[in-house]
Amino acid sequence: MPEPAPASPTPPAADAVEPGRSLWQDAWARLRRNRMAVIGGVVLLALTVLSLFGPLFLAISYQEQDLGLGAAPPSATHLLGTDKLGRDQLARLLFGGRVSLLVGLAATGVSLTIGLLWGSIAGYAGGKVDAVMMRIVDILYALPFTIFVILLMTVFGRNFILLFVAIGAVEWLTMARIVRGQVLALKRQEFIEAAVALGLRKRRIILRHMIPNVLGPVMVYTTLTIPAVMMLEAFLSFLGLGIQPPMSSWGLLIKEGAEQMEEAPWLLVYPAAVFAATLFSLNFLGDGLRDALDVRASRD
Amino acid sequence: MLRLIARRILGTIPVLFVVATITFFMMKAVPGGPLDTEKNIPQEIKVQIEAFYGLDQPLWKQYASYMGNLLRGDLGPSFKHANRSVNELIAAALPVSLELGGLALCVALLVGIPLGVVAAIRQNTWIDYLASSSAMVGICMPTFVMGPLLVLVFALQFELFNASGWDFARDRVLPALTLGLVYAGYIARLTRGGMLEVLNQDFILTARAKGASEARVVFRHALQGGLLPVVSFLGPAIAGILTGSFVIETIFNIPGLGRHFVTSVFNRDATLTIGTALFYAALIVVLNLAADIAQVMLNPKQRVE
Repeated sequence: MPEPAPASPTPPAADAVEPGRSLWQDAWARLRRNRMAVIGGVVLLALTVLSLFGPLFLAISYQEQDLGLGAAPPSATHLLGTDKLGRDQLARLLFGGRVSLLVGLAATGVSLTIGLLWGSIAGYAGGKVDAVMMRIVDILYALPFTIFVILLMTVFGRNFILLFVAIGAVEWLTMARIVRGQVLALKRQEFIEAAVALGLRKRRIILRHMIPNVLGPVMVYTTLTIPAVMMLEAFLSFLGLGIQPPMSSWGLLIKEGAEQMEEAPWLLVYPAAVFAATLFSLNFLGDGLRDALDVRASRD
Repeated sequence: MLRLIARRILGTIPVLFVVATITFFMMKAVPGGPLDTEKNIPQEIKVQIEAFYGLDQPLWKQYASYMGNLLRGDLGPSFKHANRSVNELIAAALPVSLELGGLALCVALLVGIPLGVVAAIRQNTWIDYLASSSAMVGICMPTFVMGPLLVLVFALQFELFNASGWDFARDRVLPALTLGLVYAGYIARLTRGGMLEVLNQDFILTARAKGASEARVVFRHALQGGLLPVVSFLGPAIAGILTGSFVIETIFNIPGLGRHFVTSVFNRDATLTIGTALFYAALIVVLNLAADIAQVMLNPKQRVE
């Protein structure tokens, strides 16, 4: 069964006669020409670095309270102000970034794993197995999943790990469909037939010829899943069902900001701006990748 | 065609059954019951109350009687709202949510389609870029960011609207805008894509060659085909608008179905949670079905099955 990771994406080197450009070099060149995608990538990188290492350079931790201070507007000591418990908003924003980005990546990882396995098994096996597996996906598609995630979070408590699993378990369906479609199309390609005719082993066909070719659309859809997942986390946190204080996430900060926007608008504006910027960047990067790899299937 | 519709309608029954079963057992698994927040209830009264709601029965009996009532369309009594049945609560809240959702859908279509058409006609000009990037703003901005920001600007800063409530006609403006603009973005994008594809086809060239005016080409010939992606998006959009109403109704304090669902989850009001969840599921499934049928009717290629 195909595993995504270590197979290097560069296809077998063409004979030294002509140093042709691979699909991936081509795509990379196209991506670099897409200004919005590049800006998106840079913003994302900056936000990730800031969230990861920023808290190390701050004198104040995200949960340190200064009840006497209360909700204070931005000042020299607290660059983005403080919330009603006197917690430094910048520290909470950066720490919230860690949580939000982590949820985005981890939950996407869960959905990627399930979707990739499910889709490739269905596509590769074909026949009855395929029919049953995809019928299950169809039924699940019809279920209102947001409602189930809310129920799941209530039933099993607001557990951090469960959040990843619940969100990831919701978002794998489209991935499974895309992967299956790709595998099905690939199976009929001549170069796969040629590989079979040459007597290559199944393992080699899958690792060497199938996976690198499925990777493109999967990568594109993954970049587009991350913002969807982050939005779902923030949605749950906004309703009070996701991340719980004193932890922090962008969705939770937006919730707290929205509750006090009359007295303390800075509590709403900064997290909202950062979260929106992240979603923008991810979407632009995803669109750029799609154009670069020229995938039409994932446009749903 | 009729057979296709009939088969799709039959296909929704197992989906609803699965939803009802899952929600029932999930709610039973919730730690803490509906009576936990009432302090100091004497043991005898608690037993009586539990007997009244059938909570003393074995689980399978509770499940069987729940499903039996469900078949008769009875969703049971609410645990939290004294003397009100779930049916009554839903009936009272539904018109509010439908109004909100309907208005939001109007906003989405009335903003999204013209934006997409204009962007497609003027492809790769500044008009296209402006329209496409506004659509991107709509897509990227979640409702729970857009809503509070709109309130901050239009209700608190300029004091044009009330920050929350559902009493006057103008109270509808901000919630409907918040919910609708997100989907306007998607619809604009889909319209643009669909129109571009149609405008490049031969029959448009023929229409132009015959001397049809630009307006006639766009509205008479291209629009019907160009809107197909939008029609197939309507199902997911309606589902999204319905679940989006959880947030909107919470932000704007609107007495609709979404708020009932969210508060019932916090109140451990199991019957109300299952009732609203089931109702939502049914609504989404039915509306999806309607969107699918509309799509088949609009697209001659699919009509011949």
